[in-house]
Amino acid sequence: MTKRWYRAPAAALVIAAVAATPALAQKKYGPGVTDTEIKIGQTNPYSGNASSYASNGRTEAAYFRMINDQGGINGRKINFISLDDGYSPPKTVEQIRKLVEQENVLLVYAPLGTPPNTAIHQYMNAKKVPQLFVATGATKWGDPKHFPWTMGWQPSYQTEARIYAKYLLESKPDAKVAILYQNDDYGKDYVKGFKDGLGDKAAKMIVAEASYESTDPTVDSQIVTLKSSGADVFFDVTIPKFAAQAIRKAYDIGWHPLHLLNNVANSVGAALKPAGLEKAVGIISTTYYKDPSDAQWHGDQDYKDWVAFMQKYNKDSDPADNNTVLAYARAFTLVQVLKQCGDDLTRENVMKQAANLKDLRVPMLLPGILINTSPTDFFPIEQMQLEKFDGKAWVLIGKVLGS
Amino acid sequence: MSATSEPGRAIAAAGEAGAARRAWRGAGLALLLLAAVLLPFLVSSYHAFQLTLALAYAIALLGLNMLTGYNGQISLGHGAFYAIGAYIAAILMTQFDWPYWATIPVAGLVCLVAGFLFGLPALRLEGLYLALATFALAVATPQLLKYKHLEDWTGGVQGIVITKPDPPFGLPISQDQWLYLFTLAVAVLMFVLAHNLLRGRIGRAIVAIRDHPVAAETMGIDNAIYKSLTFGVSALYTGVAGALGAIAVQFVAPDSFNVFLSISFLVGVVVGGLASISGAVYGALFIQFVPNIADDISKAAPWAIYGVFLIACMYLMPRGVAGFVQSAAARLPWRETKKG
Repeated sequence: MTKRWYRAPAAALVIAAVAATPALAQKKYGPGVTDTEIKIGQTNPYSGNASSYASNGRTEAAYFRMINDQGGINGRKINFISLDDGYSPPKTVEQIRKLVEQENVLLVYAPLGTPPNTAIHQYMNAKKVPQLFVATGATKWGDPKHFPWTMGWQPSYQTEARIYAKYLLESKPDAKVAILYQNDDYGKDYVKGFKDGLGDKAAKMIVAEASYESTDPTVDSQIVTLKSSGADVFFDVTIPKFAAQAIRKAYDIGWHPLHLLNNVANSVGAALKPAGLEKAVGIISTTYYKDPSDAQWHGDQDYKDWVAFMQKYNKDSDPADNNTVLAYARAFTLVQVLKQCGDDLTRENVMKQAANLKDLRVPMLLPGILINTSPTDFFPIEQMQLEKFDGKAWVLIGKVLGS
Repeated sequence: MSATSEPGRAIAAAGEAGAARRAWRGAGLALLLLAAVLLPFLVSSYHAFQLTLALAYAIALLGLNMLTGYNGQISLGHGAFYAIGAYIAAILMTQFDWPYWATIPVAGLVCLVAGFLFGLPALRLEGLYLALATFALAVATPQLLKYKHLEDWTGGVQGIVITKPDPPFGLPISQDQWLYLFTLAVAVLMFVLAHNLLRGRIGRAIVAIRDHPVAAETMGIDNAIYKSLTFGVSALYTGVAGALGAIAVQFVAPDSFNVFLSISFLVGVVVGGLASISGAVYGALFIQFVPNIADDISKAAPWAIYGVFLIACMYLMPRGVAGFVQSAAARLPWRETKKG
């Protein structure tokens, strides 16, 4: 143990010494890297309540297998160690410490869930180990000033909310908005982003706000209250179960506002179908990736590559599960970062390159969405596209919007 | 003595044991303790962290064993007391700037009161009915922790991040090593107290209530107060464990204290050995390390492997690891055996 404690500083000294003599510095390796291998760690819920997210870790493992079959990254194979944390924060801490201190991974990639990532947030930054492209939409992952070793990937909830705000300011500047949100960090993140996006017009435009608890049986009474406010825009920040109730109730009591539904609940199967597809016509939401069930992509090269990948490497996962698309695109992003690192595979350079993605086009993300990061911008995806439900499927409208 | 079960016999045997045997035992325990103190300096800091968690679990299991093993009340809800202890430590440390060590007794006392109060109505419930009532407690815990009006304190779903304590007096050891030693010290104290409590008059009363409540009542034992107090003390132990666990993990959140934690505790108590003080240590090692071993053996179905381990344990060691060790030791040729 004492050995391990001085090994890291000693390694840092060696690296510093090597860095001081650039002429000699061809290859610089951090922990977990050799001429033939890059070791990467992850936690993911393979058991427990959140095990439906297991497809994330499986897809990523499959993706790295494909990369290895194609010769790896600059000749190095990826050794991907994905451990089960059951979505339990203490277990996440234990497994991450195992990855960092026992396995000596170069970086930790896309641990899943807000509570598990929160549990290791301080540890990763104290240890200076990259916590890269975490699989959660909370906004706090993009804080390079206080947490320079942590970076998100998907659009944050606030980013998405600002897109709705921008859309309203452009298309309906005199709107009267009613908001329904889930009373937790997820719901509040959306409301904050929305208000920030409206700026000083927020106080005037927002005429009613109501919240619910994720344990409530229904949101019917909230919908009735919101209708009575006379609002003509309904910003609906709910999870699928409550989104279905809200859509049905609003329709049944004759309230037909412009319905803005958050991306969290825009699943046709989980939210719109239970509400009744005819009641969901005209709802507006956002997306940032190509839904594989949408026929418009089926001629697309991205889609064909993804299908080939799914058939060859990821047969165990359900292709109708959108997590397989997201994990595929996310894994691509990591591979890009590692490629950019070249032979300088230190933890410092990994973060430097992750913060140096310029106009990166990622397969299976919507056309026009490009990843851009910088030392002060730790939000990789910041663009989304609005879509409207036509009674059968989502139809993309307008062009890709940034916040 | 013939009507009493294992622990009764064990108590009797201990009472009759010769002084020489006690000295041997003392020496053995001292050696074990020395090994436990040296352990963090021989393993990596990650293993020291795991062992710290195992020690915290051992304290919790000891508490649950008092209730389930000695007093015969089944609880499927001790994860709730573990959560209360953890949150008290976290809230006192982050919001009131208390030092970590001062939060431990408070966590214990709050859980003592909570356990006692929960024990009062639970008295009317026997066996499986009590198990269900406590199960409800375990199921409700994560949601109660997310309750809106407690959010200012509990941090809601976000939980609370705790800063890891540094070793005191500028000791040249790492935070993990210090936390292990600190937890070990608390554990030793709690085990000595439990030993004195259970091997004395109160312990006999607790066991008597389990074995024959009516007879116990006739002997002048106030069953109601004893059962409630046992529940309270059991919760106290679990609360102390929760506080220690939270400080080691540096984070508390509702998702940390799900139903599975409570069930793990019961598994630990039974695997370690019901009504056995040392059983708590074996049980803690089981719930801390067996899931990891299972995960190493099979990524695809770790819980199936875990199940196999569990069944094998119960089949090969029906009285738990402690019972197995005891009967194995009794078979040693030089050991004078005494059967009741």
